[in-house]
Amino acid sequence: MIAVSTVLLLVGIVLSATLGQLPISTQDVIGSVLRAVGVGTPWAPSDDLIEQTLWQIRFPRVVMSLLVGATLAIAGAVMQAVFGNPLAEPGVVGVSSGAALGAAAAITFGLSFLGGWTIAAFAFLGGLVATLLVYGTARAQGRTETVTLLLTGVAINAFAGAGLALITFLGDTQSREQIVFWQLGSINGSRWNEVVIVCVVGLCATAIVVSFARRYDLLALGDRTASHLGVKVERLRIASVVLVALLTGVGVAFVGIISFVGLVVPHLVRMLLGPAHRMLFAASILGGAALLVWADLLARTLVPASDLPIGMLTALVGGPFFYWLIRRNRRQSGGWA
Amino acid sequence: MTEHDPRLALRVANATYGIGGATILTDVSIDVQYGRLLALVGPNGAGKSTLLGILAGDAEPTSGDVTLQGRSLGSWSPKERARRRAVLLQSNQLVFPFTAQQVVEMGRAPWIGTEESAGDERAIARAVTVTDSDHLMQRAFPTLSGGEKARVSLARVLAQETPIVLLDEPTAALDLRHQEDVLRTARESARSGAAVVVVLHDLSLAAAYADEVTMLDGGRVVSGGSPAEVLTAERIEAVYGLAVRILRDDDTGRPIVVPRRGAVV
Repeated sequence: MIAVSTVLLLVGIVLSATLGQLPISTQDVIGSVLRAVGVGTPWAPSDDLIEQTLWQIRFPRVVMSLLVGATLAIAGAVMQAVFGNPLAEPGVVGVSSGAALGAAAAITFGLSFLGGWTIAAFAFLGGLVATLLVYGTARAQGRTETVTLLLTGVAINAFAGAGLALITFLGDTQSREQIVFWQLGSINGSRWNEVVIVCVVGLCATAIVVSFARRYDLLALGDRTASHLGVKVERLRIASVVLVALLTGVGVAFVGIISFVGLVVPHLVRMLLGPAHRMLFAASILGGAALLVWADLLARTLVPASDLPIGMLTALVGGPFFYWLIRRNRRQSGGWA
Repeated sequence: MTEHDPRLALRVANATYGIGGATILTDVSIDVQYGRLLALVGPNGAGKSTLLGILAGDAEPTSGDVTLQGRSLGSWSPKERARRRAVLLQSNQLVFPFTAQQVVEMGRAPWIGTEESAGDERAIARAVTVTDSDHLMQRAFPTLSGGEKARVSLARVLAQETPIVLLDEPTAALDLRHQEDVLRTARESARSGAAVVVVLHDLSLAAAYADEVTMLDGGRVVSGGSPAEVLTAERIEAVYGLAVRILRDDDTGRPIVVPRRGAVV
């Protein structure tokens, strides 16, 4: 699984760099990267246009998609651990749309007091409020009812949708376009300064999450038993809620709503490698990164000379998968307990 | 508080516990001692599990004190508590399909980073053997039967190797042989110095294995002492509303509680 994801990821990265309106050879890509790290090879491209296309357009886009894929997959895995429910996912329960609402507000009202970080900060706040709402509503007596969880998601998605509509209505033409692009999700036009923000936040949050891995394992035994084994359950949950909002919000701020990655990837990893969280996180990072790099590659090459919204693509695959999960879940537990 | 008695593991003093306007425990006091097996018995809703939860530190009494080794239970950190006492709850569900082996290994979590973790493998192997769950180790926990889950969960608790062990109805889902196995194991733990508290419904089982029995009814302690002192026909009739006959086990001399059933038609 790990090996397959790594190979898929690498092949996806190279393909993403070569394919597009300006085809670039694999040799040029490798040569250019090697030159950038200080190794001169005869492969390095001499054409300035190729060099610029790679470094200004394609590479930031590839790096952004793999970062966002990894953070979304991790966010999903953490959410499932905290809610003790394999159907919890930032998109489904409304964290992503909460974050989008925050980001949209920052744009329409022209807020920029935190510089390049403003939109990310607002997306984080929106996501945090949504996560806290879900957490407060859906958890009762130490467990999460699937039905309550999904219904809370419906409510939050509806509210955030209305908020987005209002902000779209209030905004000028330019911010309207930007907001429409969020709702669809796209990695088109990623810039290095945005990539850096996602990278910094993603790395910090992921490092903390990974250090919690063993505690998430114990949490699977239930709140009381986890606390009998020495876990400070409430503190772990609150820290995790903040981390989920960070991981989701930072991605949403720049590429919009890309749902189901956090559902599909951790689920497949659990089926193949088991539920232990250390491995789950490691494989989800790779798997999520590979999935989004490929999804973005498809999004921009499937229809020549046009960029499909990537959020639409992931939902196209993720929707039926979610449906299948619900059916299976329901069969196993014999209805909605 | 007066000087601490080293044999005293847990002490609940005049504890009252209420939730949402209902009083579940009223003025309950019990001592849990090292080297003894204490059985908590009583009818449904008597407050046995709540009392166990208070001993475990899950809930704090509305009034009254709980001390672990002479120090207020609330002042112990979760990790310190996890190294002193292990708890088996009635229901043992698992959200994700961890294997039974992984579940038992989770019992060693409190010892990570201490010298004790060198004994992880030995502790796990012992716990698995004692609970007769060797053959279950590679199975996914959620696919086990109720009784198998109970045994694997007990193995997890035993693997924790704490001087205090709290078991809430460990025998409820078990067959006859495994019921006896569990209580024999519990008594052996007590003989080797542990303080063991077991919530039991089967009064004969409590009588056969416990050093001490505490009977609860309506959130109050009705009686405490040796099985023969507590489990009298009059008291059981008064508390449970059921006429019983007390027999004597020829092998152990301990009481056996049998309901008077009249003629079976």
